[in-house]
Amino acid sequence: MAPIVSVSNLVKTYGSGFQALKGVSLDIAEGEILALLGPNGAGKTTLISIICGIVNPSSGTVLVNGHDVVKDFRATRSIIGLVPQELTTDQFETVWNTVSFSRGLHGKKANPAHIEKVLRDLSLWDKKDNMLRELSGGMKRRVLIAKALSHEPRILFLDEPTAGVDVNLRKDMWKVVQALREDGVTIILTTHYIEEAEEIADRVGVINGGEILLIEEKSALMKTLGRKQLRIELAEPVTALPPGLEPYQLKLEDGGGRLIYDYDASGGRTGITTLLAAVAESGLRIKDISTRQSTLEDIFVELVEKRA
Amino acid sequence: MNVEAVKAIYLFEMARTRRTLLQSVVSPVISTSLYFIVFGAAVGSRIQEIDGVSYGAFITPGLIMLTLLTQCIGNGSFGIYFPKFTGTIYEILSSPISMTEIVLGYVGAAATKGMLVGLIILATASLFVDLSIAHPFVMLVFFVLTAVTFSLFGFLIGIWAKDFEQLNLIPMLVIPPLVFLGGSFYSVSMLPPFWQAVSHANPVLYLISGFRWSFFEISEVSPLVSFGIIIGFLAVLMGVLVWIFRTGYRLRN
Repeated sequence: MAPIVSVSNLVKTYGSGFQALKGVSLDIAEGEILALLGPNGAGKTTLISIICGIVNPSSGTVLVNGHDVVKDFRATRSIIGLVPQELTTDQFETVWNTVSFSRGLHGKKANPAHIEKVLRDLSLWDKKDNMLRELSGGMKRRVLIAKALSHEPRILFLDEPTAGVDVNLRKDMWKVVQALREDGVTIILTTHYIEEAEEIADRVGVINGGEILLIEEKSALMKTLGRKQLRIELAEPVTALPPGLEPYQLKLEDGGGRLIYDYDASGGRTGITTLLAAVAESGLRIKDISTRQSTLEDIFVELVEKRA
Repeated sequence: MNVEAVKAIYLFEMARTRRTLLQSVVSPVISTSLYFIVFGAAVGSRIQEIDGVSYGAFITPGLIMLTLLTQCIGNGSFGIYFPKFTGTIYEILSSPISMTEIVLGYVGAAATKGMLVGLIILATASLFVDLSIAHPFVMLVFFVLTAVTFSLFGFLIGIWAKDFEQLNLIPMLVIPPLVFLGGSFYSVSMLPPFWQAVSHANPVLYLISGFRWSFFEISEVSPLVSFGIIIGFLAVLMGVLVWIFRTGYRLRN
């Protein structure tokens, strides 16, 4: 099946000379939930802005549902909904008006029944006649989501949807996302929280410095993340591994003062018990033991170092 | 053509006028009434007639133009600048609308508002002075063309402006002297030759002159020249607009 979003060799250089995207290529399948992870300034928002038509690309192409986002913008933008990162709202508008306005902008005839459903799903119905300036930050976030859903998009972009959002809203939001996914809506969200990606994404992409460093099925990535390390500090350094420890594929670090054992924490048998017994048997004296789990940060560092 | 979107923007802008009725409508009416009292009563008692027209009637077209220019520029620039300022512009830019449709929505609403206020001023003026319009159709053409042209001018200022200072620069600092020195309150032929020549370099003079001709058949320059000047200015603005569409200047970069 052809991807619903296809980005190829996308480059964006801003007027200041800053290169926000350095040749990004990416395919997004219809109906999937893709999480784009990356630190601030990685290029996530620029990528989304180009796909949605807010920013012109310097070079490269983006196809949405087979249409070019620049030449054929009506076809692409009418099926995209965007929830921006910033809480930007018309302070003096009512919730109902601002959501209806969004639908009109997307060229759709008024449909009060649909607007009502969206507002009810987001627990905004009793606030429909309130002015936006009367709402809390979390409520405004809901309004932005309602605006993005007002025209029944097939692709939804959520740019940092949970920045500064409380637990309730986060839960509500994932409920809405789940319902949309069941309707076949493709969802792309950006975040810098790995937990968020874990919770709902099918695939995870890592972006940094304007480049996609990795894009993988979540299950595969979780395997990488699920790997743990056991670090054994020795009282006296050794030059070589004593016999009997070969099956564990240990690494020696710190001039022979530390043994590193990689294991899969999600597996039933970690092999730690037998390893420790084997270490004791080999006559090595243990000074300290610690375990650590590889984090998203490690993956970043590793990916960045690999490139350097 | 995304008619729904043009409608949405137009109605959104008009809704803001309703919310700010006092500021949008009542305040220009009050200030115009003040002009009539100060200029019409105080100055008019000394001048009495210009080219066979009573002074109060003579200044009416100029006053309408003054209001139309400031209102249209103000509305046009604010309408597009405000979403840029608050950030809600993201929604306009990510919607399936062409720049032409954006302009239609914003400039259409700005011109409508400007013309509404202009008509209210005309009605207010008729309370103070006897008015007759010799060429109603020509008057309407000047009226609509000026409203559209200066709303578009405002729209371009709104796109260009990076802060409120820049936004207000032209409407506050450039337009009032042009209008006041463009023969709103006097006939330029009353000036010494040197200042007459200077006045003819003022584009607003031509607008007021043409508009006044449609009322009283008196003018500083031929109404055709006035017409040509407006069309020329509109053409220049359109050119700038096309350039903005092509480059995404200050909107998509």
